[in-house]
Amino acid sequence: MHIPDGFLTANTWIPTWLISIGGIAYCLRRTYQVLKERMIPLMGVMAAFIFAAQMLNFPVIGGTSGHLIGGVLAAVFLGPYAGALVITVVLVVQCFIFQDGGVTALGANVFNMAFIGTMGGYFLYRLLWKAIKGTKGLIIAAGIAAWASVVVASIACAIELALSGTSPIKIAFLAMAGVHAFIGIGEAVITCLVIAFVVKVRPDLIYEPVK
Amino acid sequence: MKKNEILFGVIVALFLAIAVSPFASPWPDGLEKVAEDKGFLEKGEVAPILVSPVPDYVWPGIKSERIATSLAGAAGTLVSFTAGVILAVIIKRGRSY
Repeated sequence: MHIPDGFLTANTWIPTWLISIGGIAYCLRRTYQVLKERMIPLMGVMAAFIFAAQMLNFPVIGGTSGHLIGGVLAAVFLGPYAGALVITVVLVVQCFIFQDGGVTALGANVFNMAFIGTMGGYFLYRLLWKAIKGTKGLIIAAGIAAWASVVVASIACAIELALSGTSPIKIAFLAMAGVHAFIGIGEAVITCLVIAFVVKVRPDLIYEPVK
Repeated sequence: MKKNEILFGVIVALFLAIAVSPFASPWPDGLEKVAEDKGFLEKGEVAPILVSPVPDYVWPGIKSERIATSLAGAAGTLVSFTAGVILAVIIKRGRSY
């Protein structure tokens, strides 16, 4: 879902850049308030894992492939703010070193995947986990939130495309949400598998919000 | 986190990036396919605003595309790990002021 340069016009990419700068500043402040010792190497490991996992495109339907975004995965271990920062790190590395995602579009990509996908996904996961409860509930909640995070992020992308006049909203919305409903299944499966494994070996790595 | 655990995580990531990524699906991803189908893919074919060292995850100058992809994967994974840790350390330093 990395938007390249050229898809968005200035009326869209400038505001999303500004929002993302503000959002990152906010995430830095909130992370500073909750940073635990173990989060330092964990942010590195999550960034490494998510970068690598994002390279692994899996076929979905109709000649389309998908790949993990990793937003909910990052947030389950690091919380919404450090999680969003990790996704941002990955996006920045991808944009500048690998030309994956445009420079003007970086603001929108951060907004879609680090804020909507990660922070939004985290809050949905917490809501669902409160309702379902237990370790199984954690995994199920994360899976559902992971799926939803991909779909909603793709809708945000569709809105940005529409605001830029690149594709009319009805067409963009249905096409993006439609294909990402399938890609989200892959996201949910991978997220659940990784969390299930870590919960078995290091359950203390699951992020607990500061009361 | 213990050193072994950090190493395990990074090694798993490197394994995926080096050994698995060359075999990833070559099909276009969701956004790209939508762009193709709905006719706005060429809008993205603008001249790059900055020159990236490893465009599109293909390490330049390597004959084998598979090896070029593995190298790109390894580099990106290590850079991401380093950047993540450095960011966390910078944030932590902020705490002690």
